[in-house]
Amino acid sequence: MNDKAACGLFDSGHRACGGCGAAMAARLMLDAAGKDTIIVSSTGCMEVFSTPYPETAWKVPWIHSLFENNSAVASGIVAALAKQGRKERVVAIGGDGATFDIGILCLSGAFERGHDFTYICYDNEAYMNTGIQRSGATPYDASTTTSPAGSCSFGNKRPKKDLPLILAAHGAPYVATASIAYPPDFKKKVEKAINTPGPCYIQVHAPCCTGWGFEGEKTIAIGKLAIETGLWVNYEMENGVVTKVKKVVRKPVEDYLVEQKRFRHLFKPKKNETEIAKIQALADRNAEKFGIDIKLKK
Amino acid sequence: MALGTGCTARPGKSRNNRTGSWRVFKPAFIHERCTSCGMCRIVCPEGCIGENEEGLPVPDYDYCKGCGLCAEECPSEAIEMKKEEK
Amino acid sequence: MLQITEGSLAVADAVGKCRPQVIAAYPITPQTHIVEALAEMVANCTIDAEYITVESEFSALSACLGASAAGSRVYSATTSQGLALMFEVCFNCAGMRLPVVMTIANRAMGAPLSIWNDQQDSISLRDSGWLQFYAEDNQEATDLHYLAYRVSEDHNILLPSFVCFDGFILSHTYEPVDILSQEEADRYLPRFRPFQRLDADDPISFGLFAAPDYYMEFRYEIDQAAKKALSVFPKAGREFAELFGRDYSGLVESYRMEDADCALVAMGSLCGTVKDAIDDLRDAGRKVGLLKIRTFRPFPAEEVKKALSGVSRVAVLDKNISLGSKGAVALEVKDALYGSQIPVHDYIIGLGGRDVQKKDIARVVTLAEEGRGDLYYGLREEVLK
Repeated sequence: MNDKAACGLFDSGHRACGGCGAAMAARLMLDAAGKDTIIVSSTGCMEVFSTPYPETAWKVPWIHSLFENNSAVASGIVAALAKQGRKERVVAIGGDGATFDIGILCLSGAFERGHDFTYICYDNEAYMNTGIQRSGATPYDASTTTSPAGSCSFGNKRPKKDLPLILAAHGAPYVATASIAYPPDFKKKVEKAINTPGPCYIQVHAPCCTGWGFEGEKTIAIGKLAIETGLWVNYEMENGVVTKVKKVVRKPVEDYLVEQKRFRHLFKPKKNETEIAKIQALADRNAEKFGIDIKLKK
Repeated sequence: MALGTGCTARPGKSRNNRTGSWRVFKPAFIHERCTSCGMCRIVCPEGCIGENEEGLPVPDYDYCKGCGLCAEECPSEAIEMKKEEK
Repeated sequence: MLQITEGSLAVADAVGKCRPQVIAAYPITPQTHIVEALAEMVANCTIDAEYITVESEFSALSACLGASAAGSRVYSATTSQGLALMFEVCFNCAGMRLPVVMTIANRAMGAPLSIWNDQQDSISLRDSGWLQFYAEDNQEATDLHYLAYRVSEDHNILLPSFVCFDGFILSHTYEPVDILSQEEADRYLPRFRPFQRLDADDPISFGLFAAPDYYMEFRYEIDQAAKKALSVFPKAGREFAELFGRDYSGLVESYRMEDADCALVAMGSLCGTVKDAIDDLRDAGRKVGLLKIRTFRPFPAEEVKKALSGVSRVAVLDKNISLGSKGAVALEVKDALYGSQIPVHDYIIGLGGRDVQKKDIARVVTLAEEGRGDLYYGLREEVLK
């Protein structure tokens, strides 16, 4: 058995949950990036499940400093490599908590200064490593431990922060969204980001079976449903202009929501048509904004 | 210094952790149905599906957590999840 | 070459001559002249460094951490609020054994907001694993940077350092300073040889997490390394003295302590004022001496104990207060003298930039002789009612 061919640059033996979307993202990302990559990781699921001393699953140079500073650490590494005349590429990777919330200062600074690096956010839509708490990427009405559904709450009250747009506004030459449900597309985008000079951003949807409440074997199926319902849009932005969008034959958002325990309160004890309609409206707005609907000939 | 200075480590040690022990269900690979599309190898979060000389998938059960993604995503239904007898 | 120059500019010159490859800094009074001078050097290509204008001090030290891990010599400077913002990164840097050198232009901590000098900022990070050196004057502030890189980068140490000099009092005053040439600097400080670095040809994972079965041993190793500096620093100081004649090999320094009755203990620019006060007091027949502490971390307990062994009383001048307890230097001195009968009196003095003059030192000596200590020196009457 050729284990090098199997696990590539991300070794087996890591401690991610079975079926973990983030683990998939790590493997696919490294496959695309190759061995001359320095990974700068924030604290979070990916960091914790891959590096309990003395074990590491990373076969490329990798550094973890703090929860919120991987963009700043990456800035320093890029500067050092430039001074030393070295060829390695720098890829910062963080979860949505580290990227959208606590790390936004460093992220904004790094993008404003225009360092030549790639930032990949694996978006599992909550602070998963600490036990499923709400982040700025948590979707509307999702139940998390700090935005739980209850007798006077439908869960998270706010829509997802539009971070790709924010970073495009910083002048990022390439910004893309992707999903582990479409591995070749994600890998292509990683390669493009790494080879585009300047600060590039990829937000990859990484469904979390443990946090969202579905079976691990359904990770890709759930990821596909997110896209097919329009709640997640796969697109590319170059110099602030949307250039490519994945089009779908749209399914109603219910098909996606009903599969996950974090939205169960919208269906049990009785179906909440009002809230589901609000979520449908979010999907409809995405569809219109990005033009994702495949127009079927009648 | 006895420890990796500054809490560092070189590649390889994660393989000491044989995550195959986590398994409840075990994937059985039915090579007769396989078309060598490679999908199972791409989606496996553990990276523990290798391939033999004929390009057919060969799992490393030392690390397979039995998540079932390979079986779910196989377009040829060439992988079946079976409850493991321990 | 002797020059009359502002403290900040002399420090910037020394830093430039240490050849950092990456400088990441955020402006904060009273450090601004240092980082501005370095930016000018980069803009005019008098030094060859990447200068990152970071968006906060937190990012400044984070960027330095990354650049150091990638194998470059790095530099930053800060003070007070900025250092406090770096708190998390400071512990991280020391834990990851990265030899960052950072100038601290000592300034009081808010609230209340103050831009003026005391030593609360760096002292508050005494638990962090950073080595701490305190300069008495601008010559020492300048020279200590060369020593700091030498000691930090030593493969037996591998810990970051603060070079502390009092904000405004030293940073913004003009003094004669002997400036090393680049050739002299290169003779003392060789190119940075990282112990390990981020490198695709030899991939290492930096910053793993340590569960309870390993964490303590990592902290022990950091502590051991910090204590090794008790011998590495004097050696580096002796080598500097051999080349340039200025001797910083003492972790502490005694001034007129040979037959002293009362020993004053101080760090930083206060030492200059104290020495002048001692000369006046000696002329008047009073047997007073100064024990100057140069390295606060690692704390030179043995040297302090030896230096103070013959005195009748000790008066510690603390430009800091561990709120709810005592001055930090006094606590360390008391610990060093544990078991002896020598009384140690603590004087909280000069907080938030309040001026300390020779007459204040004389008054402190009198208070110590009267056995009156453990007090804030010179408080306004309103609070004493």
